Amino acid sequence: MRIRLEKRLTPSRFMQIATPIASVLLTMALGAIIFQLIGFDGPRAIYETFITPVVASYKWQDVATKAAPLIIIALGLSLGNQAKIWNIGAEGQYIIGALAGAGVAFALPDAQGFWVIPLMILAGIAGGMAWAGIPAFLKTRYRVSEVLSTLMLVYVALQVLNYLVSGPWKDPNGHNFPQTPPFTPAQLLPHAIAGTAIPPGLVVGILLTLVFWLLATRSVYGFSVRTVGAAPNAARYGGFDASRTVWSTLMISGGMAGLAGILEASSQLGQINLGFPSGYGFTAIIVSFLGRLHPVGVFLAALILAVTYVGGQVAQTVVHVPSATAGIFQAMMLFFILASDILVRYRVRILRDAPRTATAEAVA
Amino acid sequence: MKIEAPLRLKLVGVSKSFPGVRANDNVNLSVRPGEIHALLGENGAGKSTLVKMIYGILAPDEGEIIFDGSPARISNPRAARRLGIGMVFQHFSLFEAMTVLENIALGLDSRLSSRELLAEFNRVLEAYQLKLDPRRVVSTLSVGERQRIEIVRALLLKPRLLIMDEPTSVLTPQEVEQLFETLRKLAASGCSILYISHKLHEIVALCDTATILRGGKVVAHCDPKRETSRSMAEMMIGANLKEIAKPMSRGFGAPKLSAQGLTMPKPSEFGVALKDVALDVRAGEIFGVAGVAGNGQNELMSAMSGETPAPAAEAIMLAGRQVGRLGVTERRNLGLCAVPEERNGHAAVGEFSLTDNGALTGRDRMEMVRFGLIDPGKATNYAAQVIGAYTVKATGPGALAGSLSGGNLQKFIMGREILQRPEALVVCQPTWGVDAGAAAAIHQAIVDLAARGSAVMVISQDLDELLTLCDTIAVINLGRLSAPMKVGEVSIEEIGLLMGGVHGDPAATIEMTEVLHAHPA
Repeated sequence: MRIRLEKRLTPSRFMQIATPIASVLLTMALGAIIFQLIGFDGPRAIYETFITPVVASYKWQDVATKAAPLIIIALGLSLGNQAKIWNIGAEGQYIIGALAGAGVAFALPDAQGFWVIPLMILAGIAGGMAWAGIPAFLKTRYRVSEVLSTLMLVYVALQVLNYLVSGPWKDPNGHNFPQTPPFTPAQLLPHAIAGTAIPPGLVVGILLTLVFWLLATRSVYGFSVRTVGAAPNAARYGGFDASRTVWSTLMISGGMAGLAGILEASSQLGQINLGFPSGYGFTAIIVSFLGRLHPVGVFLAALILAVTYVGGQVAQTVVHVPSATAGIFQAMMLFFILASDILVRYRVRILRDAPRTATAEAVA
Repeated sequence: MKIEAPLRLKLVGVSKSFPGVRANDNVNLSVRPGEIHALLGENGAGKSTLVKMIYGILAPDEGEIIFDGSPARISNPRAARRLGIGMVFQHFSLFEAMTVLENIALGLDSRLSSRELLAEFNRVLEAYQLKLDPRRVVSTLSVGERQRIEIVRALLLKPRLLIMDEPTSVLTPQEVEQLFETLRKLAASGCSILYISHKLHEIVALCDTATILRGGKVVAHCDPKRETSRSMAEMMIGANLKEIAKPMSRGFGAPKLSAQGLTMPKPSEFGVALKDVALDVRAGEIFGVAGVAGNGQNELMSAMSGETPAPAAEAIMLAGRQVGRLGVTERRNLGLCAVPEERNGHAAVGEFSLTDNGALTGRDRMEMVRFGLIDPGKATNYAAQVIGAYTVKATGPGALAGSLSGGNLQKFIMGREILQRPEALVVCQPTWGVDAGAAAAIHQAIVDLAARGSAVMVISQDLDELLTLCDTIAVINLGRLSAPMKVGEVSIEEIGLLMGGVHGDPAATIEMTEVLHAHPA
């Protein structure tokens, strides 16, 4: 018996939707087994990680809070990924975006008025764009792989953050902790709907999902991005400029990461400290692929990943699994989604070895 | 007589299936010793599959291969060579940086000392009166000379059957004539030749018998000398061949598409620089550019289409406007459309639907875009319109371009450009790898477009295609374009000479040869 992969004439729509779901289910099944084997209550750990945050309504706000930056960052990444431009340094752009926005806040400590927040947000977006602009320049000018340059700039961003919060921006009243002073009320983003705790980032994320949906599926720009990714020569023939695509997708994904960073800083934390980078920029890569680079898929995938963040903490306290648990599950999901990609384009056939021998005899 | 000797090769009921395709279905075939036997068929008729089984690359599902009277089980090409079956592939496997003799030594199964090999090499050259310098470096050789290396390599094995897969597709007319001489001598010495081609006049000129395949089945065995190209073509496609309806008297208008002093640097290390190219294509004219592959055709194509803008605006003129500095989209909006050579990945995106592929070039001219958004309805309509007008076999506008056969995709691409009513159209290899039926439809579409007053430029390596299609022809060699010649007044020999027997700067080649001779190995 042999297993053979046969290329499909058209990619399977069913598999496109089924494989992300299967990846999540496989992660749950395999995760339960692994954690059982290493001495935890595996099924319980899975239940607390994946199910509790969904069924326990008091966890929903946490999930929404975690999902918001993931949605915003992953939307931007998905666009670039469609052009096969791999920005894996969103974490750095997220940090620099937050710092740029915070810089505006600290430059205008006494400013009051409605324009302070928008100005901080614009600065955040600009900061993320600037940070992503470096790899864009290096790629278009010197053909430096953006995979390396974006990733390495994350570490540079971490050092910038480290320097600012322990040096020039250190809170004088902060008992020498590496953190900035708190934002003033005028610099804090209010809740989206007064009286509720819906994070403003989620509202922004929902709106941006719609914008990106239009951009990715309907616009000439989205079409050009897809074409550059699928067939660079055809893109040139169709009048789409590859280096302009490198620039624009990196600017957009960088800007989105910066936006997520400043929203996070000005709504959740109210200041920036050394603990600010929380890995959203990396997790968003998983979100982007789990969502099949489609804006609506990204939105749903971000919710799932947010669930694992929140649930991972629940499992830590209830089942006493290590803090790395959520990260392991997230990595497993990415692994499964990438591995199952082949099912979209290929069909698995199980063949039985049969008639060969008969012909051989006839010939002999 | 030959007939009494056992058959050199006999196939009995040979079948081979691939997933979803029956590539060969119960094929019977006989080749006598010393016979030149043509294997004729359209792309996808199963010719390659069949010879791959004879050469041991594929195993038949059913049927028998009988070689020299005894059943043979050919499990790999080495086994085939041991039996005396040689094959010359369409694409050569040569190392550019090595000499002729080194390349031959690398391809041999048995180990020979270089002196023995040289002696054998010279024996083969003498026996078949081939000219080939064993010390020349391959990169300095013309395509015809490169093919000769492959032939010598096969002949060194003293083959009893030589399979030639589309051997003339890269040769100049003179080189084709030389090749035929060699093959005739080889046949006279008793070697059988299985000659795969779809060029019918070559088969009439060269072959003793022909087997015609269609859809994996043998549809006829015939004597090419008693058939016409047309009758064989009709057997090949299984339908009546439509003659291209070309209006007899053709008046040309003012030049619509011109190049003047068009000089472009090499796009890459392996590209060809364009040198002072000048041409004028008038309204209603079909202008052909002939040449051996790799002489600047692709570079000329992208210079004309705008994929690589020219250094000077006046280098390219479209209906009186200087467009040299403009990009693809701007030129297209002014009415200059183009179809590059490579269908999948250049002229079309295989993993996109036909709708998206229609929008790839048609979005502006067919007014599909409003406020930066593509109207999906209009895009689908346009793809459907192209499919309908050019009888593209596809499941609909949603079909992926990559799922279409080569001929159907090419019809779609040509239709997509022509329905945009271009002022000027530049096409490269319009019927390369396309079946005869689709090729006829594409040729007719080109003629009709010109008849409506567009300027059409056809870049092709298929000289027959250019001579039937074009009004004017020029030859590109080493990035230089010859003066235009009127088709009908120019001889095929003249064109062949312009195409250049030597692929490489003639002066440089002579120099290189002298250097190599001065330092004999």
